[in-house]
Amino acid sequence: ETDIDDRYGDLDSRADSDVPEIPPSSDRTPEILQKALSGLSSRWKNWWIRGILTLTMISLFFLTIYMGSFMLMLLVLGIQVKCFHEIITIGYRVYHSYELPWFRTLSWYFLLCVNYFFYGETVADYFATFVQREEQLQFLIRYHRFISFALYLAGFCMFVLSLVKKHYRLQFYMFAWTHVTLLITVTQSHLVIQNLFEGMIWFLVPISSVICNDITAYLFGFFFGRTPLIKLSPKKTWEGFIGGFFSTVVFGFIAAYVLSKYQYFVCPVEYRSDVNSFVTECEPADLFQLHSYQLPSFLQAVLRRDTVSLYPFQIHSIALSTFASLIGPFGGFFASGFKRAFKIKDFANTIPGHGGIMDRFDCQYLMATFVHVYITSFIRGPNPSKVLQQLLVLQPEQQLSIYRTLKTHLLEKGLLQPALKV
Amino acid sequence: ELESEAKVDGEAASDSESRADLVAPPAPVDNTPEVLNRALSNLSSRWKNWWVRGILTLAMITFFFIIIYLGPMVLMMIVMCVQIKCFHEIITIGYNVYHSYDLPWFRTLSWYFLLCVNYFFYGETVTDYFFTLVQREEPLRILSKYHRFISFTLYLTGFCMFVLSLVKKHYRLQFYMFGWTHVTLLIVVTQSHLVIHNLFEGMIWFIVPISCVICNDIMAYMFGFFFGRTPLIKLSPKKTWEGFIGGFFATVVFGLLLSYVMSGYRCFVCPVEYNNDTNSFTVDCEPSDLFRLQEYNIPGVIQSVVGWKTIRMYPFQIHSIALSTFASLIGPFGGFFASGFKRAFKIKDFANTIPGHGGIMDRFDCQYLMATFVNVYIASFIRGPNPSKLIQQFLTLRPDQQLHIFNTLKSHLMDKGILTAATEDE
Repeated sequence: ETDIDDRYGDLDSRADSDVPEIPPSSDRTPEILQKALSGLSSRWKNWWIRGILTLTMISLFFLTIYMGSFMLMLLVLGIQVKCFHEIITIGYRVYHSYELPWFRTLSWYFLLCVNYFFYGETVADYFATFVQREEQLQFLIRYHRFISFALYLAGFCMFVLSLVKKHYRLQFYMFAWTHVTLLITVTQSHLVIQNLFEGMIWFLVPISSVICNDITAYLFGFFFGRTPLIKLSPKKTWEGFIGGFFSTVVFGFIAAYVLSKYQYFVCPVEYRSDVNSFVTECEPADLFQLHSYQLPSFLQAVLRRDTVSLYPFQIHSIALSTFASLIGPFGGFFASGFKRAFKIKDFANTIPGHGGIMDRFDCQYLMATFVHVYITSFIRGPNPSKVLQQLLVLQPEQQLSIYRTLKTHLLEKGLLQPALKV
Repeated sequence: ELESEAKVDGEAASDSESRADLVAPPAPVDNTPEVLNRALSNLSSRWKNWWVRGILTLAMITFFFIIIYLGPMVLMMIVMCVQIKCFHEIITIGYNVYHSYDLPWFRTLSWYFLLCVNYFFYGETVTDYFFTLVQREEPLRILSKYHRFISFTLYLTGFCMFVLSLVKKHYRLQFYMFGWTHVTLLIVVTQSHLVIHNLFEGMIWFIVPISCVICNDIMAYMFGFFFGRTPLIKLSPKKTWEGFIGGFFATVVFGLLLSYVMSGYRCFVCPVEYNNDTNSFTVDCEPSDLFRLQEYNIPGVIQSVVGWKTIRMYPFQIHSIALSTFASLIGPFGGFFASGFKRAFKIKDFANTIPGHGGIMDRFDCQYLMATFVNVYIASFIRGPNPSKLIQQFLTLRPDQQLHIFNTLKSHLMDKGILTAATEDE
């Protein structure tokens, strides 16, 4: 019996011939651009297209920031879905699994489940007041984990029931491929949104640092590049790497200074039920108030000043930029290795001159997780609204006993006056 | 370059060659002890196999009882060992499939990732349950405060090592093994930590689910053996509908009886706590409502049959019906998943550890989903958030946040009438 696994399962020996080099297919460059650049040679034309698209993407980024947190969340969701789609499509190509019709459905179903789970966790925290009002939402929130698990299980059972005799190995590969993709794209995107809620500056500075590192490393490599950095990406050089590092730290430092002034960027995003929208208004935290710092002596001589006024956040931005420049590129190398392993030139053809969405976001993977871990470890403690929400779910006796404990604690600290009548 | 990589890919990762290796499994190492071999030497091969399986089953069940008797600490260690062995078995299969023995870095990296993920999970558990112990010791306090950051750094190191270890001709292999390792970690390690969480909730939440799955396994096999006729699913030709349904009812009854017996004892019913004074685990408490006998009215239909009007049961027994139902209806899907996996990679058993049964994974495949289900069930229906953890989180908030939460809680309690102005003045 001819096992389809025999034909497609040994994807590794055949795949070299079967996985095509990027099809020179759809050139998505818009007509106007084509006409305007028809005069130039092919190399410069490519350079110009990349440049124009870079500027377009940056403008789009600024526009979305201006439109506010909600639009940013939608943008992040859109990017996540597109990245997922790109990676899954590569999986289909590698394993020739177009003819497993169930699998497309199942992959999108799992994407939906995992997103439902994560959004539910976030929504419950931040929209606590909104949720308390609606009965159905209350029910969904209370049993959120159970519902998410049941949805996931349904998908799991569908997968098991869909196992077809000749396609076992293929189906398991696609199952694993889907799950690893979900792990990478969906968790990162939700961490990005969590960072965003902490304050838009926690979203903007890391992403801009990564973009800046990309661009400055490229420029330094272009003008000064000589020593290759790593075999995986032959175009990267040590000069680019180090030059990019210093430029990014300086850029991060300056961007942090500029953004720290505005409440719009610095305040946690909150949902106000009265106006039914997101607001960013608050008393800026200590992190975003100017402090005087003593300069170390050698800098004193250079700058001829004793102290300097900085936002504490700028010190943190150095940590963020350092990570973006030193470790972020490993995300890029990982993606390069992946593309070489599966013999593809780009993840997709979405952006002319750049490749797919994943190609632009490969260095961002680790950044979002790092920022999130950084915030929870060094910046803030637990999320107050989450603590409150959990308190409200407890049994009355437990609530009462906690209330008394808190009262004693607050009285001791002097935060509560004993004689105060409510 | 393309040809040489094709050649290496063809040699190193070709599944058609690996098929030739795996189709005829190497003469299995017969782990059956000498004693058993001699005692059963007279019987025919089929009965011998049946006896070996039977004896090993009893041996494993006895072992299970012994470690329950030895207490939570030993149970935790056993769970840890089972986890490591399962991980080892699945990774070894990966090596076999991809012939990737010659990637020396990869073995190290897989075990390193296992260590990282375990460190992360144990750290989270330890911080919750051993709170007072951790606060006392300075090094532990720092480790606990920056736990996530440290775990992330450790993981990142492994990630960067992986990227640096990418070798030109082995890219695809290495990515496969990377993916394989991560999926294995996801399945094996998260499940084992959920099992430990369940254990801390009370040993009954550990014992009843696992016993239900084992019971379902055995009962479905017996019913299938005696009454089996209609095949259940192509994946596992030995399973039958009769076995499935018979196993379901038998497991529900078993679960009810077992819960009744266990709910009477404190050592099973109380949450496991770490006692700072005695420096050990204790299970001593006032049993919660769930484990106190209550009277239930029997629906009219059953009244005539049984002849009683009411029945005294533990509320936990009602929950045990849900647990047994899951174990019988959905648990087997974990087994089918494992069967599909074995067929996909053309292996008969995960390993040869247990004579007559195969590897550790073969015994635990139905347990995958059970642990997660029990954990989700407990979190959704039984207990709310952990009060001591909440207080602990509260104390780390800023003063203005603390005041805000305190006032909201106060108005909430007053609204509900739990707090009145009179009790306030205490």
